[in-house]
Amino acid sequence: MRLDRHAAPQGAVTERAIELIKVSQRFVTPERRSRLALRDVDLVVRRGEFVALVGPTGCGKSTTLGLIAGLSRPSAGEVFALGAKVAGIDPRIGFVFQTDALFPWRTVLDNVAAGPRFRKMPEARALADARAWIARVGLDGFAEHYPHQLSGGMRKRAALAQTFINEPEILLMDEPFSALDVQTRSVMQDELLRLWSSSEASVVFVTHDLEEAIGLADRVYVLTAGPATVKAVHEIDLPRPRKISEVRYEPRFMELSRLLWSDLREGMRVEGSP
Amino acid sequence: MNEDDLDRVASRALARRRRLVISLRVAILVVVLGSWEISGRTGLVDPFFFAMPSTIAAKLLEWIREGTPQGSLLVQIAVTLEETVLGFLIGSVLGVLCGIVLGRNRLLADVFEIYIKVANAVPRVVLGSIFVIAFGLGMASKVALAVVMVFFVVFANAFQGVREADRAMIVNARILGASPFQVVVSVLIPSAMMWIRASLHVSFGFALVAAVVGEFLGSRQGIGLLIATEQGLFSAAGVFAAMIVLAAVALSADLLLTWIEHRLIPWPTRASGDGDV
Repeated sequence: MRLDRHAAPQGAVTERAIELIKVSQRFVTPERRSRLALRDVDLVVRRGEFVALVGPTGCGKSTTLGLIAGLSRPSAGEVFALGAKVAGIDPRIGFVFQTDALFPWRTVLDNVAAGPRFRKMPEARALADARAWIARVGLDGFAEHYPHQLSGGMRKRAALAQTFINEPEILLMDEPFSALDVQTRSVMQDELLRLWSSSEASVVFVTHDLEEAIGLADRVYVLTAGPATVKAVHEIDLPRPRKISEVRYEPRFMELSRLLWSDLREGMRVEGSP
Repeated sequence: MNEDDLDRVASRALARRRRLVISLRVAILVVVLGSWEISGRTGLVDPFFFAMPSTIAAKLLEWIREGTPQGSLLVQIAVTLEETVLGFLIGSVLGVLCGIVLGRNRLLADVFEIYIKVANAVPRVVLGSIFVIAFGLGMASKVALAVVMVFFVVFANAFQGVREADRAMIVNARILGASPFQVVVSVLIPSAMMWIRASLHVSFGFALVAAVVGEFLGSRQGIGLLIATEQGLFSAAGVFAAMIVLAAVALSADLLLTWIEHRLIPWPTRASGDGDV
């Protein structure tokens, strides 16, 4: 049985980037209570696929990302990434955070070059790469600025460059755009799709914004509230390339939106009931 | 009126306001010093106890021209400054190191917590007497006192800084590929620096006070000794004059510190940062 599980992702290396099998996660709260954050979550992300996880705030979506990133171990079940069981931080995985995780004491250039430098890339190449990525995310002329001199959207661009420069095979995103205003958010969503389409990364994008999930993803997992379980999985069959600001008005988008909303609402009712 | 005229009017109004502020400041100084001098001369206040601006100025001039009873004024300043700077540097480095080590290690932090609290509650200036007994009248006893005074301020800030380093930032560095050592160097130390920077001015002030108090308690040179000597001679003017010298030293050191800090740490401090708490 165990052997089988180890073998399964092996045979499917080209197919599955991430696989969660019956994963549960329990943790101890500061009040010394044990709380179940995830229960029996099954999840598959194919290579190059864009998957969104939607669910009520605080339902354990971020916990899922932490498990895939190797920041924590599941209490039960198994997590596979890139053909192996997750056993720690993998250099092929990138992570974009909800909060500003840029280093405030470094310029944009040094922030973006951080990854290559940590990975002992020759200095000249690290800087050249960083400059190229700064240009690619549209931050030309801001290389020498410090994060506090940039707007929220520009900081997010820098954060994207900082992550994409490592050319991750798996990209984990934890509500990266939730702190931005509506206009900036949709610009950044398009920006993300553009960057992603020219990479081969498989993405897990966590959000509580249903429209964001539908607009971006190939598949959307709807999670219920604490403990998180998978309520439903939906294929998003909107054609690519998509333009977030336009796709929103297509009838199919609204149809999907309605469908997912009812799932989400039911999931929340579970939380609300005593 | 066009835009240029409006600009000119606005800048003239600003200049006028600035002049007003400066002249009011000068006026206050003149009034305070003047009434002090007059009340001294008319006997309203006994100049024996409170001196007069003129006698203080005379004393200062005398020190500058002929030197103090214990040698040239510049030497006294240099001695006190040397003790201050040495104590400040040693105390800061020790404080930063201990703060980072304890901030990183939960067990050590929990074990030492109680001792740090106790050590913080003890009035550390009293240690000056011990140091004078142990290290003699020379510079070492003052430096030791300054080190102790500075250490706790810097330590507390460094400890706090390491403990409160943004978790997301640490995780981010690790995922970007940082080794544990790289996390310390490129995340923990810089984020502790934000806290330490806020404490530098306070701790430099502590170092100066420690040096002066140390000299007070027993020494052969320094501004503190100068104050003690003048006090022994019942020379109020001398004590005031030494105070002015000390204030000038502290102010210029503070300016220098600000300059250095902007050179070394160009990013904003926690307090003036973009407020993502």
